[in-house]
Amino acid sequence: MLKSIKGKVYVLGNNIDTDQIIPAEHLVYSLTDGQESKKYGHFALSGVPSQQAGLPRGNVPFIRGNQDYSEYTIIKAGANFGCGSSREHAPFALHQAGIKAIIAESYARIFYRNSVDGGFLIPLEVAGKQSDNIKTGDTLEIELQEYSIYDHENKIKYGLKKLGDVLPIIEAGGLFAYARQTGMIKK
Amino acid sequence: MGMTITEKILAKSAHKNKVVPGENIWINVDILMTHDVCGPPTIEIWQHEFGEQARVWDKNKLVIFPDHYIFTANAQANRNVDILREFARVHQLPNYYDVGTERYKGVCHIALAEEGYNIPGTVLFGTDSHTCTSGAFGLFSTGVGNTDAAFIMGTGKIWEKVPESIKIIFDGELPPYLTAKDLILQLLGDITTDGGTYRALEFAGSTVQALDMEERMTLTNMAIETGAMNGIIAADAVTKKYLKSRTTKKYEIVTSDPDAHYYRTFHYELDKIEPLVAKPHSPDNRDLVRNVQGTPLRKCYIGSCTGGKLSDFKAAAKILFGRTVTVPTFVVPASTATAKQLEKETYQGRSLKQILEQAGCVIAPSSCAACLGGPADTVGRAVDHDVVISTTNRNFPGRMGSKKSEVYLASPFTVAASAVKACITDPREFLK
Repeated sequence: MLKSIKGKVYVLGNNIDTDQIIPAEHLVYSLTDGQESKKYGHFALSGVPSQQAGLPRGNVPFIRGNQDYSEYTIIKAGANFGCGSSREHAPFALHQAGIKAIIAESYARIFYRNSVDGGFLIPLEVAGKQSDNIKTGDTLEIELQEYSIYDHENKIKYGLKKLGDVLPIIEAGGLFAYARQTGMIKK
Repeated sequence: MGMTITEKILAKSAHKNKVVPGENIWINVDILMTHDVCGPPTIEIWQHEFGEQARVWDKNKLVIFPDHYIFTANAQANRNVDILREFARVHQLPNYYDVGTERYKGVCHIALAEEGYNIPGTVLFGTDSHTCTSGAFGLFSTGVGNTDAAFIMGTGKIWEKVPESIKIIFDGELPPYLTAKDLILQLLGDITTDGGTYRALEFAGSTVQALDMEERMTLTNMAIETGAMNGIIAADAVTKKYLKSRTTKKYEIVTSDPDAHYYRTFHYELDKIEPLVAKPHSPDNRDLVRNVQGTPLRKCYIGSCTGGKLSDFKAAAKILFGRTVTVPTFVVPASTATAKQLEKETYQGRSLKQILEQAGCVIAPSSCAACLGGPADTVGRAVDHDVVISTTNRNFPGRMGSKKSEVYLASPFTVAASAVKACITDPREFLK
C-alpha cells in the first residue's frame, strides 16, 4: 500500500451517485481492452451537473478536453459518496482518471466494497468535522501510516478514521491478492 | 438476546450458531446472478484470477439474465451479450436466458422471482444494486461489484459485515389510491438516502402481510435507495403460494425472534399516508402529489423492476381505461411473462394491453430500458430538458438520460393520472 499520497484535490458535494461518476450509457466499454478502457477515464465524473463540479466555485472540468486522465489525484466529498448502482465501473473510472484516494464523510456500501476489493483506490473518511476551507485545486498530502491529511494551502493538519477490518485487503491490493496471501485461494 | 431474520440467515450461511451486527463473516452463496452490464467484466476478472481452465463453483447456482442494453444498435452493448452467450456455451450453463430466444426473460430481479430462484432462508448475491428485491421472499439478497462476483463465481464464498436491522412497520388497509411505491417513498423521505447504509431493512405489519409478492418486491427493491445492504420480508402463506408452481426446492421459513434487537423502528399507519412523489434529483426528496400538482410534463414512464410488474399495469389500467394520454407515455413490462400477462389479464372486459394501447401508450419490449438511461437509442430515454414522471427507482441527475432532465418518481396510479393530464396529477381525481 502507498505510504503517502500528494496531489491536487477535486471537491464534490453530498450524495455523488454512480450515475454521476460514470453515466450508464458508457458502461458498454470493455474494462480490460487497453484502448476502450481509457474511455472510463475520459468520462469519469461526466455526470456531475456542471455547477456542482469542482467546488466551491463549480464549473471546473475534472477532465480537460479529449484527455482521459485528470490533473487531480484526490477527491474530497461529502456524505454518501458512490450511492446508487453496483457498477464497479465507478471506482474503476476514477482509478483510470488517476484518482488514488477519496476523502469523504461517508460512503455507500457497494462503492466502498468495490474500491477496496477491486484495489482501485483508497476510500478514506475524515475524523470529526471536515474542513470547508479545502478548495478544488488545493494541494493535499495524505499520510496513510498516521491517518492524517496535510492541507498545504491552509497549512492545517486533519485526522482520518482508521481503515479497520478492510486494511489488510487494501494493503494486499484487493480481494484476490488478500485471499492468496491468506491461503483462501491457490497462488 | 434473539436474532433478526437477516442475522439468522447469515449465521446459517456462515455455519455459525450466532452472529452479531458489525461482525465480518465469510458466507456461502446459494445463487449468484449477473447480467449484460456487469457479467462480461466479472467473467474477465474470474478468468484472469482463476485461469483459462477455471470452472464455475456450481453451474446450477449461477444465473445470467441479459436485460440492460438489449434492444439497441450499440455495437459494444451487443458485443457484451455475445460474451455472455459464449461463456454460457463454453461452460454449459443451464441458467442462461438468451436474448432473441423463447428463454429471454427481461429484467433480472423480476425474472429471478418468476423463475423460482428466490428461495426463503437462502443467500442470493447479484451484480446489481437492486438485487435486494429478492428479499421480499424472506431471503438475504444484496448487490456487489464485479470483483466480489468473480470471487463468488470461483469459490462460492464472500465476506460480509453483518448488518444491524431496522424494522419498518406498515399497519392498516391499503386505500385504493395507494400502492407499495407510495409506502417506500414515505419511508425514504424519513430515513433519507443514507439512513439505511450497511443496515438491513425488515418490513412487517398488517399492510405488508396483505400485499401480493409483486407489491412486496416494490418495497424491498428500493431498500438500496436508503443505502441498505438488504431489504427483507418474512415468508408466509402468500410467499408459499407464489412459489408453489415455481420451485420444487424444499425451504425453511425464517422469522425474527421476539427479542431480536433493532437499531431503529419506523411505524406507519396507512390512513395517514397520501399519494407521494420523489422530486428531482433524489429518491428521498419526498412531497405530497397535491403539493406539486400541475407541474407540466414532457414524458411519462411505466416500467422497470420497481414499477413494471403486472400489479403496476393493473393499477395504471384502472385510470387509463377509456381515457387517453396527452403526453408521450412509455410502457415497458419488466419481464416477458408480464408482457404476456398484459394480453390475458382483463379489466372491465378489455385486456390491459388493449387499455394501454387505446390510451395511446407506447409499449416497448421487456428490458431495463430508460430506467437507467442506457445507449442513445433506448426507448423512452430522457432528452434535453425533459420533465418526466416515472414508476422507476432513481431520479439522480441524468439517471434516465439527459443531465438536464428532471425526473419525478411516483406510483403507477400517479403516473397514469399525470399522463392523462400532461401534468402531475393526484390519482384520487380519477379513483373516486
